[in-house]
Amino acid sequence: MNRFAELLDRLAYEPGRNNKLRLITGYFREVGDPDRGYALAALTGALSFKHAKPALIRDLIASRTDPVLFGLSYDYVGDLSETVALMWPKRVPGNGESFPGHPSPPPSPARGEGAQLGAGQQTSSTTDRDSASDGRTTPTVPSPLAGEGQGGGYRGRDARDALHPSNHNNPPPPTLTEVVTTLRTLGKTELPKQLERWLDELDETGRWALLKLVTGALRIGISARLAKTAAAALGDKDPHEVELIWPGLAPPYLDLFAWLEGRGDKPVNRDPAPFRPVMLAHAIEDTDFAALDPADYVAEWKWDGIRVQAVAGRDERGHVTARLYSRTGEDITGSFPDLVPSLRLAGAIDGELLILREGRVQSFNVLQQRLNRKVVSPKLIKEFPIHLRAYDLLGDDANDLRELPFAERRERLETFIGKLDDPRIDLSPTVPFASWQALTAARADPASAGAGEDADAVEGVMLKRRDAPYLPGRPKGQWWKWKRDPHIIDAVLMYAQRGHGKRSSYYSDYTFGVWTAGEAGDELVPVGKAYFGFTDEELLQIDRFVRRNTTEKFGPVRHVVHEPDTGLVLEVAFEGLQRSQRHKSGVAMRFPRISRLRWDKPPREADRLETLENMLKADESLPTIKVAASADSR
Amino acid sequence: MRGSSPAMTGEYRDTGAYMSTMRPQDILLPAAAGLCCKPGGFHIDPVRPVERAVITHGHSDHARAGHGRVLATQETLDMMRLRYGENFAGSTQAICYGEEIRLGDVRVKFHPAGHVLGSAQIAVTCKDTCIVASGDYKDAPDPTCTPFELVPCDVFITEATFGLPVFRHGDAAGEVRKLLASVALFPERAHLVGAYSLGKAQRVIALLRQAGYDAPIYLHGAMEKITKYYQSRGIDLGELRPVMGVKKAALAGTITLAPPSATSDLWTRRFPDPVTAFASGWMRVRARARQRGIELPLVISDHADWDGLTATIAATGAGEIWVTHGQEDALVHWCQSKGLRAQPLDLVGYGDEEESETPLQDEAEA
Repeated sequence: MNRFAELLDRLAYEPGRNNKLRLITGYFREVGDPDRGYALAALTGALSFKHAKPALIRDLIASRTDPVLFGLSYDYVGDLSETVALMWPKRVPGNGESFPGHPSPPPSPARGEGAQLGAGQQTSSTTDRDSASDGRTTPTVPSPLAGEGQGGGYRGRDARDALHPSNHNNPPPPTLTEVVTTLRTLGKTELPKQLERWLDELDETGRWALLKLVTGALRIGISARLAKTAAAALGDKDPHEVELIWPGLAPPYLDLFAWLEGRGDKPVNRDPAPFRPVMLAHAIEDTDFAALDPADYVAEWKWDGIRVQAVAGRDERGHVTARLYSRTGEDITGSFPDLVPSLRLAGAIDGELLILREGRVQSFNVLQQRLNRKVVSPKLIKEFPIHLRAYDLLGDDANDLRELPFAERRERLETFIGKLDDPRIDLSPTVPFASWQALTAARADPASAGAGEDADAVEGVMLKRRDAPYLPGRPKGQWWKWKRDPHIIDAVLMYAQRGHGKRSSYYSDYTFGVWTAGEAGDELVPVGKAYFGFTDEELLQIDRFVRRNTTEKFGPVRHVVHEPDTGLVLEVAFEGLQRSQRHKSGVAMRFPRISRLRWDKPPREADRLETLENMLKADESLPTIKVAASADSR
Repeated sequence: MRGSSPAMTGEYRDTGAYMSTMRPQDILLPAAAGLCCKPGGFHIDPVRPVERAVITHGHSDHARAGHGRVLATQETLDMMRLRYGENFAGSTQAICYGEEIRLGDVRVKFHPAGHVLGSAQIAVTCKDTCIVASGDYKDAPDPTCTPFELVPCDVFITEATFGLPVFRHGDAAGEVRKLLASVALFPERAHLVGAYSLGKAQRVIALLRQAGYDAPIYLHGAMEKITKYYQSRGIDLGELRPVMGVKKAALAGTITLAPPSATSDLWTRRFPDPVTAFASGWMRVRARARQRGIELPLVISDHADWDGLTATIAATGAGEIWVTHGQEDALVHWCQSKGLRAQPLDLVGYGDEEESETPLQDEAEA
């Protein structure tokens, strides 16, 4: 558990993706089964047990520490689990009484004892020897631990841990395996005692990770995909391969690690409804068109929803299992139970998840309100009816269609959807075009090019080669996405903040504002924040500007000059607007990025808040107009 | 009678038998310039220029320039000279650990504080009452300075920089192993360790050497002078090199020590994909490390942690504890819960250097 905690600790501070991967792969290499398997489960969110309530943690610490000292500490640290992890006073075995947060003073100190007086200091100088004699640093000595102690080469324990061996009455700290397997079966009444024992046995970081784990607040800041990629790297395998077999695997993934280390066969995915790695598109550039023949391509609308894979399959007994996967292969079926009954036919559909109200596709803002909900209530399901718009068919019953050309898959898809005949699932229409000019026109005005009243949910067009097989990843030249032009405004740089990791010496996060009428004339009101879109060279230029034009500093944030005649105008591109209570301006941008630096433009000529408000009003008024229009047409 | 003496301020006045004993606050009293010893005619670690200063250690919040006469250990005097120039004081007097001298009506004795090279606790005795002003101290081992010595006394003046039970520093050697493991895992990146330039930097270097790291260690320009001084006092730090002028590629896999403010500065751009570490007791608290953008927090402190503070207080046998600079409240509460008379000592101006809160220094355009 301590070693796993150390990994979590490192991951929490490391901003770089590749470095995170190295840390995780290093852990998998160093730590043996089954601990690493449970670690992988924890990192991919595959662990499940009943979580402890914070009140339980509070009771535990209250039984061991002075309430005033706890209160002061909690105020200072600001996080319950961390406070408890740091100040937890270990009960010394054989000494029934516990001293809150301090050891008992040595008996009758005499002048000249000097540094010998301290708490852990006497032992700390002998730490290495002690831990070695306990077998922790010597791989050749068999370890009594079943989990992370094995696997050899495990070094670098914290002093608090190393202090343990010197006291032979102390049990070794629990392994991750012990913690996970115990938590799965432990009764509610036994939990406090068990937690107390573990807290006594673990070091600070171990206690922190344990408390985060049992309270269900373990936020590691990495995706399941990243953890699987790190596992794949252990055996130099393609992460896609791991993704493919993943649904058939279960913690602690002994067969997976055996395969990755070349000790066993590749596990077979026996899941009746497995995920298939997704095919992605490249963003098309103006210069790409010259080399492309329109006749080779089929165009579709690019829907502003969520890409999903809806899979249904029959198990050995003939029962249909249905699953919904995100584009990274995460099983999101639980969030959309209302779609499951519609997935009656065995097959694998690639499509877009949308919200449909009275037959009309709603904006992404609406869909967003259904996402990341812990509980999917009947009310939510009723107010946000889910819909699948299909654009590809990867499997038809037991047949894998991925080798077939797109045109052929499309035909099969049309048949499949027709046979399914379900109001929740329909076909994404193709956009007929004869030339790039025609497609340009369609993209500019989807409403009159077939998208009709759903045009607002169209965020561009997709181009797919008629002869393209379904290939995982982002193969060149097969699929293109041609997004609608973003919204653009000119805003004024107001505040700049330091970035993280590689950018920690650069002011790379920018808060920008637009003009609005204030009490004392026009003033700037912040409307958004962006930290990408610029080139490396532009980053250097902005950084220099920020440093030379700082008016005030608040920790890592700089207040940058923004007067009508002095300041920096940023051209900001964004995908959409939303009303927001959290922002003073009342608007929030979707996907804002810096598209250009307008050194040529004085701040007074930047855009006004009214411009944004008008965009918002236009957006909001559309649905009403449409409902009216559709009523007329009937 | 020492240690068990009822060194309580109010009781002497009423009890004629104790009239010959001084009340502690008659010996040492907080004043605007710092802790003032009237009967001895001096201030301890004054923050303003005074006629006579007695100084615990060389950190700039304790050792300031411009006093008339300065009494301190040779190392502390040398460090002041290095930082402030030859004329940092009217006159100086060096004193050794264990040496006692008379100043006015009091006796003054210096004892090792274990904080940094030359750091001292100052025992002030007047008649039968002994007050120990410990300055900054730590009871953990440090290869670069004389270990802390426990001085039994009636009144113990303790710092409280890490005076909360959440601060337990653990084993510094373990933290250095963490650093070395990271260097091994990321051989193509440079490791940049933020460490205060007086004391912490040299201790980290010495700990690296103890851990068997024998490659050259690189230094930010701001720490060269003081580190050279440590070496001149016989502290073996191995091969050290200035980082200035070294090519970026050559810094892959190396360790560089720099003042904390430099590790988030333009200066870091000379390093290949640096891993930013910070050696400080504050690193125990995640939010602190995150606030500073630290990727590798190393809990290495030159101050006593909570366990060290409480154990030391108990072991001095002092009946009265004065708590200064840091988290006074918790430590005063602890003392009182143990039946000790305790109060926060209202001193200002300390903790400006070293491990206290410092706002990010402004960077030079370079």
